[in-house]
Formats: sequence, C-alpha cells, structure tokens
Amino acid sequence: MGKYGTIARLHARLEKKEISCTELTKAYLGAIGKENGGLNAYVKVTPEIALDTAAKVDAKLAAGESLSPLEGIPMTLKDNISTKGVETTCCSKMLRGYIPVYDAAVWKALKAQNAVLLGKTNMDEFAMGSSCETSCFGGAKNPRDRSRVAGGSSGGAAAAVSAGLAAYALGSDTGGSIRQPASFCGVVGFKPTYGAVSRYGLIAYASSFDQIGPIAPSVEDAALVYDAISAYDPMDSTCSGSREPVCSALGNGVRGKRIGVAKEFFDGVRPDVAKALADAADVFRALGAQIVEFSLPPVKYCVPVYYILACAEASSNLGRYDGIRYGYRTEHYADRNDMVCKTRSEGFGAEVKRRILLGTYVLSAGYYDAYYKKAQSLRGAIVRSFDAAFRKCDVILAPTVPTTAFPEHYAAKDPVETYLTDICTVPANIAGLPGISVPCGRGGDGMPVGMQLIGPKFSEAALLCAANQYELAARETATGATGTGVGL
Amino acid sequence: MSYEMVCGLETHVELATKTKIFCSCTTEFGGEPNTHCCPVCTGMPGTLPKLNRAVVEYAVTAGLATHCEINPDAKMDRKNYVYPDLPKAYQISQYDQPLCRNGWVELSGGKKIRLTRIHIEEDAGKLVHERGNTFIDYNRSGVPLIEIVSEPDIRSAAEAIEYLEKLQTILRYIGVSDCKMQEGSLRCDVNISVRPEGSIGLGTRTEIKNMNSFSHIMRAMEYETGRQIDLLESGEAVAQETRRYDEKTGYTEGMRGKEDADDYRYFREPDLVAIRVDKAALKEIRSRMPEDPQLRLARFKRDYGLPEDTARRLAERRKIADYFEAAAKGRKDPRAAANCILGPIFARLSTDAEKDEFHINVPPENLNALLKLLDEGKIRSSQMKATLEKMLDTGKPASAFLSEKDLAGVSEDDLRKICEQAAAANPDAVRDYLGGKEKALKAVLGAVMKATRGRANPQETEKILAEMLQKGKPVELT
Repeated sequence: MGKYGTIARLHARLEKKEISCTELTKAYLGAIGKENGGLNAYVKVTPEIALDTAAKVDAKLAAGESLSPLEGIPMTLKDNISTKGVETTCCSKMLRGYIPVYDAAVWKALKAQNAVLLGKTNMDEFAMGSSCETSCFGGAKNPRDRSRVAGGSSGGAAAAVSAGLAAYALGSDTGGSIRQPASFCGVVGFKPTYGAVSRYGLIAYASSFDQIGPIAPSVEDAALVYDAISAYDPMDSTCSGSREPVCSALGNGVRGKRIGVAKEFFDGVRPDVAKALADAADVFRALGAQIVEFSLPPVKYCVPVYYILACAEASSNLGRYDGIRYGYRTEHYADRNDMVCKTRSEGFGAEVKRRILLGTYVLSAGYYDAYYKKAQSLRGAIVRSFDAAFRKCDVILAPTVPTTAFPEHYAAKDPVETYLTDICTVPANIAGLPGISVPCGRGGDGMPVGMQLIGPKFSEAALLCAANQYELAARETATGATGTGVGL
Repeated sequence: MSYEMVCGLETHVELATKTKIFCSCTTEFGGEPNTHCCPVCTGMPGTLPKLNRAVVEYAVTAGLATHCEINPDAKMDRKNYVYPDLPKAYQISQYDQPLCRNGWVELSGGKKIRLTRIHIEEDAGKLVHERGNTFIDYNRSGVPLIEIVSEPDIRSAAEAIEYLEKLQTILRYIGVSDCKMQEGSLRCDVNISVRPEGSIGLGTRTEIKNMNSFSHIMRAMEYETGRQIDLLESGEAVAQETRRYDEKTGYTEGMRGKEDADDYRYFREPDLVAIRVDKAALKEIRSRMPEDPQLRLARFKRDYGLPEDTARRLAERRKIADYFEAAAKGRKDPRAAANCILGPIFARLSTDAEKDEFHINVPPENLNALLKLLDEGKIRSSQMKATLEKMLDTGKPASAFLSEKDLAGVSEDDLRKICEQAAAANPDAVRDYLGGKEKALKAVLGAVMKATRGRANPQETEKILAEMLQKGKPVELT
C-alpha cells in the first residue's frame, strides 16, 4: 500500500472535506515539479486539465454531492494511451507532436468519473523494451535507487506511483510491461485477462498480446481501478469486459486454495529472488493455502514464441507511420518513397527497428512456416498446458522477473540477454491470462522483488483476492524510495 | 498454329451497405474529400476495426446467388503493403478462409464459369493529382468490397464480358451492389494466358490490373492475347508479370515482374474475432433473398403467359420485375401491365442506367388501379394509355384525369335508348347484319360508343344490339 494512503482513504478525505481536490491535485503537481526532473517519470504534465477537473470535483463537493470511487483522484496515463487534444507520443520521435482526435476507451471511462489527469508517463518507445531506456525522452529512473532503471516498458508509470507522484497509473502490458516495472519499483502491477479491458485507443504494439491495466500502491487500489476500466466495449471486438466486480471479493480468504509452483519459472532465477519467493510461498501456507508443485515444460518456449509473434504483429502495426498523415516527417527528400524511407529511418529508434525487421522477416514468404506458423502452433500448446495446469491449482506463483531492477544501460548491451529476462511475464500474455506483480521483500541488493500470481482467464476476482491476502499478511512498508512524493 | 485464350477474372465489387466495413461512416459515393471518414477508417493510431454485420450478410447473399459453399468458420487477415492510399499500411482482407467457395455463374449458352472464391475486404482511399501536387481522399477507405475470383474458364473476350454482365445482373438483383463501373464500384483484374488450341496445360499468365469498363476489358484482352501469341510465335517466352492497360493506345504495358511482386505477409487480423455463419443465420439470409432471376423468368412465362422476350425484359432487373408483379396483381390480363411497362414507361427511360434505377413516379399500385378500370370496362384501351401518359407526366393517380362522368358508365335503360337510336341511324348496317354479315354490327356499335363518348361497355352494348336486332322488335325496316 502507498505511503500516502490508499485511493479509498483519499476518497474518504475528499468526501469529508479534509482536503479539497484542488489542494490534493496541487500537492501532486508540486511533487511532480520537484521530483520529475530527476526521475523522468512523466513526459508530459497536464496541470490545466488536472486543475480544471479538480475544480469540477470541488464544485460537486461544495454542492454536497457524493463522489464515485475514483472521482477526484490524481492519476496518470502511459503515453501510448490516446488522449484527445493531448500529445500522445509512445515516447517515439515518430509521434512527437501527434495529438489524438479521440479518447481511448479507458480514459473516456475514467474522464467520465472526473479522474484527475496529472500527465502522461514515460515508456520504452512503442512499448518495446524492458528498461524504459528506449524512450526518445530518455529512461525513467528507479525511485528506489536512481542508478537503476524503473523497468519497462511502463517504467514511467511504475516510477510515478512508487515515488508518490500519482495515486495510480494506467500502463499497458504486452510481454510484462506492467508487471516488470512494478516489480522493479516495488509497487503493484496488474495485467488483466486479454479481453477484460478495451484496447480501443491504446496505440498498438502487438495486438493479440496488448492489455491495459493498473499500476498502484496496493492490490486494493489496483482492484478499484480495474473495476472502473473493465467493461464490454463495442469498439473493441476482442473485449468482452470483466465477468464480475473484483473489489467485493478481495476479503475472501485463500484457505484451501491450491497455489501452483512450476519449476520452469524458477530456472535461472537469482538465488536471492528465489528466496523471497520461497518466503512468499510460506506466507500462503500460513494463510491455509496449499502449495502444489508441478512442471510446465512449454514455459521454455515462451520467450521465442513471444518475440516471433509480437514482432510479427508489430511490423504490421507500425507500418502506418510513414510521415504522410501525422507525426514526424523527414525534412529533405527526393520523392515519396524517399520521404517514407527517411522518415522511418530517422523516426524510429534502434529497438523498434530491430523488432520491425524481425517481424517482417518471420512473416516473409519462405520463412513464414519455419517461424510464424510454428510459433502460432506453439502458442496453442502453451495455452493448453496452462489449461491443464489450472486443473491442478487455482493460482500459479512465480517470480515476476528473475532479478531485481537492472542497473542503467544494462538492457542496451545485449538485447537477447534482456529478452530472456521476460521469461516469467510473457507466458501470461501468450495465453491471455491475468497476472499480477505484488512486492515481496527485497533482494540481496536491497531492491524490491516482485511476486507474480497468474490465474485462469477471467479469474480476476480470485487472483486479486489471493494477491490481497498475501499483501495484507506480508505488507512491505513502502519506504526507501528516494522521491519525497506527496506528504499529506 | 492456332492458339486459345485462357482467362480468369478477379472482380472487385463495392457492396451497397449504408456504412463502411469497420466503422459507421457512410459509403455514399462522392462528397467533399475526407468528409466521409473517422479515426477508424483513416487508421489513426490506437483505433480498432469492428466488422459490419451487413457486409457479411451481403457477401453471403452474393455467395448463395452464385451457388457457392458458405464457409461456416471464416476469419479476416491482414494483407501488408505500403501505399499512401492505404492508411494502416495493411488491408484487412481474407486470405485462406474466404467466406464463400466453389460457386459458378452460368452463361447464356449453358457454359458455367466456376468461381474459386468470394471474400470480403476493405477498399483503399484515392490519390488525387491536382495543382502539381498529390492529395489523398479517404472517403472510399473502408468501403466494403467483395472480391470474386473465377477459375481460368473464360476463352474469349466476349465470354469475359458476358460473365461480367451476368455477375452485374445477379449482384444488382440481390441488391448487394449497384455495380456502377463508372463510379468504380465494379473493377476487374484480368489474368490471361494463351496456349496452343487443344492443349491442356496452362501458359504463363500476365495480370492486367484495375480495369473499369467493358470496352477497355475487351480491347485489353484482345491486345494482350495477340501480344502473347506474337511472342510465342517468334520463339520468345511470355514473362509472368503485372501489366497496365493504356486507354489511349489500347496497349498493355509491363508494370512489375514476378521478382518484384509484393510479399503481402498475410497473417490473421488479431483485432477481429472469427466470423461464424451458422445454419440459422444462413437460413435467415436465404429467406430474405429474392427469387433467382432465371427462375423468375420461367415463372413469368408460365404464370403470366408472357412471351420469352417480354418476360426476359421484365425479369432481368429486380426493380422492374417487382414493379410488374405489383402492377399485374389481380388483373385479368397481365400482358396489359407488361405492355404499359415496356411501352410508355420504357419510352421515358432512355439509358440502361435509367432502367437500372427505374425511378418511376407512378407507384405500381396506381398502374394496377388504372388497369382495373380497363378490366371493369370502365375505360377503353386508348383511354387507359392516354391516362397513363398523364399519370407519368404528373405522378398523380388515374382519378385525377378521369371524371366521375368518364367512369360512371351508362345505365342499361339509357344504353338501350342509344342503341335504338344508333340502329335507326344505320339502316344499311342493320340490314347487312340481319342478312348474315356479322361484322356489320361493328358500325352500329361504333355509333353507340361515339354517342356515349366511349363510356359504354362494348361487350354489353354488343349483346344488347344483337338481342334487339334478332328480335327485330323496335327496328322498322324500310
């Protein structure tokens, strides 16, 4: 839970008029002004929008009206979530200056509740990266140790929440982009089931993997946000919405629940991280849950399957950035082909180009069968192996990342080595399963370790309940961040 | 050596749905550039397609009308290529699971042109070259298309044109497209090769892209066949390539060879779910389909006793066939309705396009009412025709032009009196009639009709006259 109170507590303080929404918003904006220079969590701050909304909320309070749970709560959006009238760049030179003409479904829903938008957060370019360092604005720093990365791709979101620069954040998770930075920064990151939250307005990286979810100081907060954003959306054919509200289920116990531990998730995990996870398993035992050990062999194929399929989709999704309609356009060119060529060469960073090339390659005639088709069939096998696993257990417990936060510039040294650190998070994306990262102690370096819980599709209520029960039992006080955040 | 042409057509047809395939923008033709678009059909970042149910229904209807098997489990795929009129840099189309497969279209001689498949896809925008610059109009982007792929069953340009005309007739009939070539709602890629007459194998083919008029298709096919034969005759090989037809010269010219062919990198569209057409949906679509035009033609001949040519001209356009059936409903002689349509009404529709539209300001019910007066003997044929012209001029019903008096008829007593007077005034005719010249009665009848200004029922009058004269009662013969 956050050091400045949960969303529920902020909500109560607003309703009791202990603090006005404008005062609360100004406190957050002040903290951002003070801390963001060092953390680089935000790439855009939107004080006018925030204060306008705050004034609206204060007017409602003055009129004696009650507030919905997220009303007046200061929050932030990852910079790949479209905001009408507010520049949305995906932290790419390619989209500098691009101002969407429509709102993403999630933002539309939150805006309708008077969520206070503080700004847009830093991310790896087009959500491709594990460190936030491929951002064209430079990486976000880890508030727990500024010589380390915040993680990625939703690094800015995790850093902002960890440093108390937002009550919660929305990120996106394609291969771990919510859970991994949450783990690195010691906060909760939740990737819902694929199809539980509308992707409409989320600038696509890999469409069959992308999912929006909350990053928050606590499981309870994440659950509140999830309930607000998970709904059927006619604009997203793949979105059916949530099956049930999760907040009301958070108090259910885990007694008798089977917590699955698959050894493949622990291959190559750093010993101190493995130790923190073993302690977490003990907490579940103490809560009356049963630990079930089994093997999930297809996990070892997950990283290659993920990179083949995600890059294939990315190569198609990013084809539209050609300098013709919006975003960056090269200055000097001979003709249209030359313009498109130069625009893309100059507009995209190295990691994005690498993935576009990889994706183009695996879809090409002559290579399609060996890569794309094979990866698709393995995806099916992975889905089936998880189906089988969930007959043996209710929830799978795994590390979120095999390590704690990387030092700066680590990711750029060896891309493949960095891809391999996605081993624990990509399986949930491949199978479309919900996964949550909850802080679980510290590594030998003093940095936060994340415990990941993965559940069957649309089992959000049971999953968040287990995460909440663990968190309550093993609450790690969120001290140690170097940001001062908002003191209220 | 003599050669034969082997040709298959890929026909793109814009569907007549009200809205686009993946968003709710209008599909209306024309409009100021970029006014029929939204974030979805201009491919703005973050937008997602949503498949228009009507597009699937229209395509399935087209499939059923061309005897296709309907795929119960189809899906959409991405076809990736870069062109400024394609705002997402991929076209959402169908690759290996098209909606319809294995159909056919029958030509008049009974030959069947087999259809490989019919699939649905989105149209692209349009480049506009103006004032030395190139602009892009995305109004057409996202307009639904079906692509109808034929087997290489076509052996002449004439067969190709007949096949396309048949397709046009069918698609218009079932209402899935207006097939207007001049507006680009029917376009064609022609795959063509030649081989020595009598051989079975296929020669190397070329593809002539984007043809949008029958005369161009005809000329291009003839030119291309000749070109390929010339090459083979002079010992050269035909190169597999995409060619462009030059309207001015009537020649085709190479655009790109096989080695430069696009690699479309097809893969399943992850933003859309599978398309399931179950038996119930199929039944529902089938129940809403109009009668097959061929069957309707046969029925027109059989049930209405229409001659072949008349039946064909009425049945070939659905609007006209429907109009005819409504106008003839309950009438004694359906041919009267047919003659009204093919005569006075067609006289006002000079072009085929106007006949296709069939904008007639006389609703078929009004024509039916007019014909009913004829049936009842209240008006004569010439009066009916004159009235119809007035109705067509004004759009008003028959009652606007026929007075009470016109329609009132003549009472029997009055008619008898008039008959007596007419007989008295025409003693020669009466004598001839009584002398055995049946036809002589017509002169007396004519006098009665003249006296009643046509209001008398001719059959009734004739009966009265015959009775009266046979009895010989009131007529004094001098």
